[in-house]
Amino acid sequence: MLDQNPQVIIDREVVANRWVRVVANEEGVVSVPSEGAVLLSYQYWLSKQEELTLRAAAGHAVAVCFAPDDEPESLPVAANHFVMIACDFPAFTDGRGFSIGRLLRERHGFTGELRAVGDVFKDTINYLSRSGFTAFDVRSDKDIVDAAKGLDDFTESYQSSVAQPLPLFRRRAVIA
Amino acid sequence: MYIYDEYDQQIVDQRVAQYRDQTQRFLAGELTEEQFRPLRLQNGLYIQRHAPMLRVAIPYGHVSSRQVRKLAEIARKYDKDYAHFTTRQNIQYNWPALENVPDILAELATVQMHAIQTSGNCIRNTTTDQFAGVAHDEIVDPRPWCEIIRQWSTFHPEFAHLPRKFKIAVNGSVEDRAAVLVHDIGINVVKNAAGEVGFEIYVGGGLGRTPIVGSLIKPWLEPEHLLSYLDAVLRVYNRYGRRDNKYKARIKILVKAMTPEAFGAKVDQEWAFTKNGPMTLTQDEIARNQQYFTAPAYEVFTGDDAEFLRQKLESKGFSRWLERNVFAHKQAGYAAVTLSLKPNGVAPGDASSSQLDAVADLADQYSFGELRVSHQQNLILADVKQSDLLALWEAAKAIGFATPNIGLLTDVICCPGGDFCSLANAKSIPIALAIQDRFDNLDYLHDLGEIDMNMSGCMNACGHHHIGNIGILGVDKNGSEWYQVSLGGRQGKGASLAKVLGPSFAQDEMPDVIEKIINVFVANRNGEESFIDLFDRIGAEPFKAKVYEGKPNRREKADA
Ligand code: HEM
Ligand code: SF4
Repeated sequence: MLDQNPQVIIDREVVANRWVRVVANEEGVVSVPSEGAVLLSYQYWLSKQEELTLRAAAGHAVAVCFAPDDEPESLPVAANHFVMIACDFPAFTDGRGFSIGRLLRERHGFTGELRAVGDVFKDTINYLSRSGFTAFDVRSDKDIVDAAKGLDDFTESYQSSVAQPLPLFRRRAVIA
Repeated sequence: MYIYDEYDQQIVDQRVAQYRDQTQRFLAGELTEEQFRPLRLQNGLYIQRHAPMLRVAIPYGHVSSRQVRKLAEIARKYDKDYAHFTTRQNIQYNWPALENVPDILAELATVQMHAIQTSGNCIRNTTTDQFAGVAHDEIVDPRPWCEIIRQWSTFHPEFAHLPRKFKIAVNGSVEDRAAVLVHDIGINVVKNAAGEVGFEIYVGGGLGRTPIVGSLIKPWLEPEHLLSYLDAVLRVYNRYGRRDNKYKARIKILVKAMTPEAFGAKVDQEWAFTKNGPMTLTQDEIARNQQYFTAPAYEVFTGDDAEFLRQKLESKGFSRWLERNVFAHKQAGYAAVTLSLKPNGVAPGDASSSQLDAVADLADQYSFGELRVSHQQNLILADVKQSDLLALWEAAKAIGFATPNIGLLTDVICCPGGDFCSLANAKSIPIALAIQDRFDNLDYLHDLGEIDMNMSGCMNACGHHHIGNIGILGVDKNGSEWYQVSLGGRQGKGASLAKVLGPSFAQDEMPDVIEKIINVFVANRNGEESFIDLFDRIGAEPFKAKVYEGKPNRREKADA
């Protein structure tokens, strides 16, 4: 079973984590509980789309988690079909999730909760929030309250990002 | 030179605070070594053989006298009184203490300097021609574009954790002095027939274990689209570059696997979504950056300085220095001067704090207070009046920076190698020193003409040995240090990779081996023919024959 942090940062607040992340066990079997909000791998969801859509319709929320090599381009439904989408960072040094986050927001128009899970901690969440993530499932061995402060490590940046679509050069007063 | 406004300063200051917090948490055990490593690397801090090593960014090699004095002060206060200029136009401290690094960064921030992204798997310091803005063969000044790229690449939210490091070089001259063909992205700033400025974009060049010359994927890019296009290239690389094997993770491997055509097409497909979006550069922003790189207040001269022409005839030493170390300037009556950091007996690229202070004074006195670092690990005063050259030569001699050897055999480009670097197979500095010692006769050295010699302590190729006319690579043979020699590499527009001559040599054989190579050159040379032209004419065989003469016929894999 995953060592899941009971708390999560959502929209800058530390709150209780209502999503249970379900992953395959050693034999590769995924056991989805019949009730409650679950976060499942995108590949699993693709394989069980119909029954999981029914589960969600019955009031038991289903969210999907993109692995680094999953492609948002392959989504068979609109991204906003989901209330929550997560991206997994198996190691924080695998930066593919940053691109996936931006693509979900900027190209697929996703407006729900975008959550970073996996190797997430203070030093990664500033970049993550700029790439469109609004929720951070911080590693359970880290101080989540301290981690949240990482959101403000930088309060200004040069590029266009999800958090600030206008690059600095479009906001900077032109020096005479 | 670019001057920070409050935004640039705020970003650098916030970095200092962030890094201080990271260091404290590491020392308190809240960050593991494994977690801290990529974080400190993104801030230029390696842990090396003897101590941490801190690499400080010198954006596209431009530095002011005030900044140089601060670098000297840091060397004195936190290091062993010297610093090392690198082949990527940066500066390194070899002995700082890990817990002092936040203080060093805070000091750097007071002079608009930092160590951001000088290492790690992110976009590194953008490099350019050391003669940018003054070169007689310049088409477009590349520096405003370098600065625009610097800002775009600094703390880019999406590209902080790429498969591997990423290096961009920009050239704006006829001659390519920025080695754009061996960078992850190489950019030539060019003009079309109508006189409009645009870019040629090359991708997938690089040295290291798999040396490859870059491929042209965009022959003409309009300036306003520079950043959205770079975003598209980086996004394709970030998503599809290999992450399973760090030796296959550079963009060059992806470009090769996909083919340059398919890679370019994928980039175009991605770019179609973002082209004309918010990252499209505005004319105001281009102009804002250009205003920092206008010509300094030159005095107006109609031609060469008469007194200078007379001085030139009078002293052989002076005229030799002029011939090697002084580069033609586009402004009449001015010259660009290279101060050689390759005197006999000093590790290539090293400078002591008092030399740094003295050089800052020279910059103030003779060159509008600015200096440049070249990727050949030398320093440049770019705007010197011809009438000041004699006085500058005397002053440079006094601090040991006037060796007239730029472009000659003893202007060796050399990585730190086994003396400092934990990845090294072999030491490189002692070989460079031994060769400098062997070729100490200046008359002979000058007669030999231009020969690029490059040396790396392992196949990571920090010393660019593949593009040296003579390249030397440290290899490990059963735990002892050996050296593989290759010939025929060249940099610039016609960049080509050197070929390995044969089995490697022991350390004490190296000066003789180089001498034999030079003797073959001298014996076969037509008039003033350069080493590389001769090599192209006669090929490797005569060199092989001489160098391996009398050696038992050993077989050995080329890339040990
Ligand atoms: C002492 C510690 C150093 C370490 C551990 C180190 C490590 C490395 C490694 C691992 C690579 C290969 C990366 C790859 O191929 O993906 C590399 C490449 C490179 N390094 Fe260093 N380096 C060090 C110092 C330096 C210095 C002092 C310089 C400049 C004189 C330098 C300049 C370069 C350059 C230009 C490359 C790029 C070669 C290419 O284009 O692939 N490095 N370094
Ligand atoms: S070439 Fe090898 S030995 Fe030299 S600095 Fe680079 S990694 Fe170290």
